[in-house]
Amino acid sequence: MILETRGIGKRFGSVLALREVSMGVAAGEVLCVLGDNGAGKSTLIKILSGVHQHDTGALLVDGEEVRLSSPRDALDRGIATVYQDLAMIPLMSVWRNFFLGSEPRKGLAFDVARARRVAREELRAMGIDIRDVDQPVGTLSGGERQSVAIARAVHFGARVLILDEPTSALGVKQAGVVLRYIARARDRGLAVIFITHNPHHAHPVGDRFLLLNRGAGMGEYAKADITAQELTALMSGGAELEELAHELRRE
Amino acid sequence: MSPGTAPATEVAADERIARVGLARRLLIRPELGAVVGAVLVFAFFAAQSPVFRSPAGVANWLDPAATLGIMAVAVALLMIGGEFDLSAGVLTGTSGLILVTLATRFGLNVWLAMLAGLAVALAVGFANGLIVTRTRLPSFIVTLGTFLMLQGVNLGVTKAITGTVQVGGLRRADGYDGASTLLAGTIDVGGTSFRVAILWWLLVTAVATWVLMRSRAGNWIFAVGGDERAARAVGVPAARTKIALFMTTAFAAWLVGSILALRYTSVQANIGIGQEFIYIIAAVIGGCLLTGGYGSAVGAAIGAVIFGMADKGIVFLGWDADWFKFFLGAMLLLATLANRLVRRYAEEVRR
Repeated sequence: MILETRGIGKRFGSVLALREVSMGVAAGEVLCVLGDNGAGKSTLIKILSGVHQHDTGALLVDGEEVRLSSPRDALDRGIATVYQDLAMIPLMSVWRNFFLGSEPRKGLAFDVARARRVAREELRAMGIDIRDVDQPVGTLSGGERQSVAIARAVHFGARVLILDEPTSALGVKQAGVVLRYIARARDRGLAVIFITHNPHHAHPVGDRFLLLNRGAGMGEYAKADITAQELTALMSGGAELEELAHELRRE
Repeated sequence: MSPGTAPATEVAADERIARVGLARRLLIRPELGAVVGAVLVFAFFAAQSPVFRSPAGVANWLDPAATLGIMAVAVALLMIGGEFDLSAGVLTGTSGLILVTLATRFGLNVWLAMLAGLAVALAVGFANGLIVTRTRLPSFIVTLGTFLMLQGVNLGVTKAITGTVQVGGLRRADGYDGASTLLAGTIDVGGTSFRVAILWWLLVTAVATWVLMRSRAGNWIFAVGGDERAARAVGVPAARTKIALFMTTAFAAWLVGSILALRYTSVQANIGIGQEFIYIIAAVIGGCLLTGGYGSAVGAAIGAVIFGMADKGIVFLGWDADWFKFFLGAMLLLATLANRLVRRYAEEVRR
């Protein structure tokens, strides 16, 4: 396991945002974290990416207990997070975004020529076909933006890639594109944590599935043990859904 | 044209790049509006006034462009970084007042007095930056506060020391000649004497452009102005970048304040008030977005040229100087509209 949690928990004032969640992910593996709104998905990834610190339980990187003090700290340990909303800066070009915060240097200067070339090569190596690395990121589609962010994390030596709802704002075709890059990152030996509330996006690409509900874990399932239908039923609380159907029929 | 479906080996990108021609590439440059504006304004005044287009006339209108330009370039960097500095104008006065007061009333060498002015200016810039980054208050409010405080200090201290609202007599101070030659002198080019401030302005513009386009700090400036949270998330030292930008503006204010103090050898306590908006306007004409994350140092410098030309051109034409303010407002409106149109056009085409 590269990244592991044992009974991890977090509270904000009187709100227990996360209780006793245990999970782990190994290299070349995709762990999907599923849950409805308010299930604690974002609290979990904020702990994993160093934005928040956990209150209870243990966080382990390479089997060693750690406390991530900042996103930079997480990055230095090879844990890269791609957020749905703040992945990129729209007014800046693709290559400027690609190297933001880790600009290659040549003497005192930002090695612009190399940045352009490497960005183009890395995107092509991931099979991402961007028209022009000079175009502002704001002109890319949502799927392209996510893909560039993934390629960036891979290039900067991420060992763990955390993806926060990368497909939720996308159409069917665009989501498919992003799923393909997730698979490609996995094939390059990265551990991927894929957060989503869509079981149909999670099931094809995931190796294992962690279900969260109301801040607590509802169990981890291997792909062989569960179908997409069962995932959906578990997520929405199968019994609740049946009850709802019953209620609606009566009205 | 769905991206990613094409195999990695296929070089389909090239044919699509070709569609974005040279003209369009120029169009999406932020300084385009300022260049067009400058050409139009020059043509307008040059057509009617032979003095305006003579070398002496050019030297005449480049001078206000230079002192304004040094400030506009620094303010443009700050605006690209997503912040404003309303105290920049008054700070030129503060720096000048410190220089003249220390050199004439306390017998300090001019160079030392300038150094003291620099220290104070940088401290003010640092304080502005620290308050803005720590409290997350809008810089508009924070620097409005420093603006008013400095305005009070400038007048209060000057009155307490001299009993009047100005300090003068810098010419007799030690080291005046050297400092004056360096910052307030003139140089002859083909029989016409140009202010040396023009060179400082070109130097500041060149350095700012290099920093913006070719240094890591430049990437960070665009990033903190474009989306500070996103920048922070990828490890950009956002607070440090912003504080450095406020200190850069303060440095420019000190440079301009010293140039003007050495040139006129006296400083009015109320100098610089109202200038802060002119810096911002020049930066906006130069293509800076009020919302940050976009703009250019060269554009701001050209924005300052437009001001210099209008400022002197109106005088050359024998118009009432009051028309300058009208012109200022009209230029600002036109520039913002042009910037918006240009950007929208460029982005539409690229989709």
